[in-house]
Amino acid sequence: MAATTTSPSADPAVLQVDGGRPARGSRGRRRVLMAVAGGVIALVFVLPYLVMLIGSFKSRAEILQVPPTYLPQEWLPSNYVDMWSTPETPLPYNLVSTIVISVCATLLVLAVAAPAAYYTARFRFPGRLVFLLLVLVTQMLQPTVLAAGLFRQFVTLGINDTWLAMILVNSAFNLSFAVWIMHSFFAAIPRELDEAAALDGASRLQILRRVTMPLVWPGVVTAIIFTFVACWNEFAASLVILTTAENQPLSVALTKFVGQYESAWQYVFGVSIVGIVPVVILFALIEKRLVAGLTAGAVK
Amino acid sequence: MTTQTETRPVRRHSRRPRGGSSRWGTLGRALPWLGPTLVLIAGVVFFPAGYMAWTSFRDLSQFGVDNGPAGLDNYTRLLEFTALSRVLTNTVVWVVGVVVVTVLISLGLAQFLDKAFPGRRLVRLAIIIPWAASVVMTTTVVYYGLDPFYGIINAFFVDIGLLDRPYGFTRNAVPAFLTAMGIAVFVSLPFTTYTLLAGLQTIPTDVREAAQMDGAGSWATYRRIILPLLRPALAVATIINIINVFNSLPILQVITGSIPGYNADTTTTLIFKFIRADRQIDTASALSVVNFLIVLAVILVYLRVVRPMRED
Repeated sequence: MAATTTSPSADPAVLQVDGGRPARGSRGRRRVLMAVAGGVIALVFVLPYLVMLIGSFKSRAEILQVPPTYLPQEWLPSNYVDMWSTPETPLPYNLVSTIVISVCATLLVLAVAAPAAYYTARFRFPGRLVFLLLVLVTQMLQPTVLAAGLFRQFVTLGINDTWLAMILVNSAFNLSFAVWIMHSFFAAIPRELDEAAALDGASRLQILRRVTMPLVWPGVVTAIIFTFVACWNEFAASLVILTTAENQPLSVALTKFVGQYESAWQYVFGVSIVGIVPVVILFALIEKRLVAGLTAGAVK
Repeated sequence: MTTQTETRPVRRHSRRPRGGSSRWGTLGRALPWLGPTLVLIAGVVFFPAGYMAWTSFRDLSQFGVDNGPAGLDNYTRLLEFTALSRVLTNTVVWVVGVVVVTVLISLGLAQFLDKAFPGRRLVRLAIIIPWAASVVMTTTVVYYGLDPFYGIINAFFVDIGLLDRPYGFTRNAVPAFLTAMGIAVFVSLPFTTYTLLAGLQTIPTDVREAAQMDGAGSWATYRRIILPLLRPALAVATIINIINVFNSLPILQVITGSIPGYNADTTTTLIFKFIRADRQIDTASALSVVNFLIVLAVILVYLRVVRPMRED
């Protein structure tokens, strides 16, 4: 991969080459046709989650009814209350687990990746490229490939089945993206700015905090949200490493509702909605920057 | 630490230490900044990778007790595993099928979303949902919807006349595997489309507009002008997809997990069957090593044959 440092086109205005041209005649009709096609595409992508939302309001009897109903005969918002106390899984614990693991891992990634991204973007030193390549290689190794090794390592260390283990796994495997995206944002900032601050007697850490950070904030936010969502949805490593029901995140807990013979689908969907809505909102917030970030971090 | 700022401000890109004697000093100054990253990567990525490779040559009991060296026993046990050829074939079909279909659809989607039309932002937001949503959750709702008895998607297919009666998509290995491939494409589309969209944005607007205006030979223009310029984005999208799809566990776990036998397994799901069902950490480690080598080989072959980085 062409792992050179490039400046991100962080300006959203450049990315939204939108609606600039006037619509007249056949072009106007084409735009309407495209809007219709766009609506159909959007519907396809939303549909599974619509099924989820509607299903979460059905009663247990109705959701297993043959033939199925499209809309609930009786809407049961109480599912969203009842699902927190079921014999299948201790859901409140699972939610706490998910939040603790995701928040801690994200903070750890930020604390570890930001200095590395800053330093590699600002200074040349022997081993700089080796370091950046090393980080890139971790992108190729996923927790799934290493599950057996991670499991054995954590058993040996005595931290298997703990939040700490999952915080470490999540942060290590999301480090790569965070370093690369922040690196490209740092590299885009004119060096003269640092120098001016240094002449005024600011220390390196002060420069980082007061001068550089505000400018790379978009990159940092993108890295935070991207990491957070990845940790929130992590499944494979949690499945192997977290064996106690109370420690498991929502993604693993959810599968407990699906039994060989009897499934509490209404709760599966309720939990899914609770798990999906916050991250979709987070992701939507960085939608424009996502394109910029991918251009900066990956494409060039 | 502030000494480095004293280098000449003329240098545009990065500062280089002057003279050979300060090389180690520079490296020493870099360490506090890079150290935490190095420790985390070494401890949680490279160490377990090495430990796993080592475990693949050891004889482990089901309870994790190390019974000494096993030579190549774990690897021979893999070779003697009767379903191995089926699992390997499945893996190839899974990776190639999902990645090719994903990239083709995404090329169309990206091209479409690059054009201006009313409501484009909403469509882009809708496409993001499967990316943000947990794959387990997306897969589970499809699994429910395809149930032959109470499944709402199955009922819908019957109602619009696509099927005569509900079909057990998830009941047998082959249709379940194909269904899982469909879901894998669905959840891979957002990332791929966005990467290609990002690639399209790097192409100068006048080039893109010229290509769009040229109505008659628009396909030829696309193939000759846009596609070559998209090459780097296409390469990144394809490689990341190969890695992700190859390592994908939850889709097959949910859709085909209850089907007995190994007819719907890939090497990745087989690893987890070894770990979870049989507690064979040693064999699982051997298979993981093989798995990693396969990913590496696939990517190298891809880079070699497709030459995505070629400038033309």
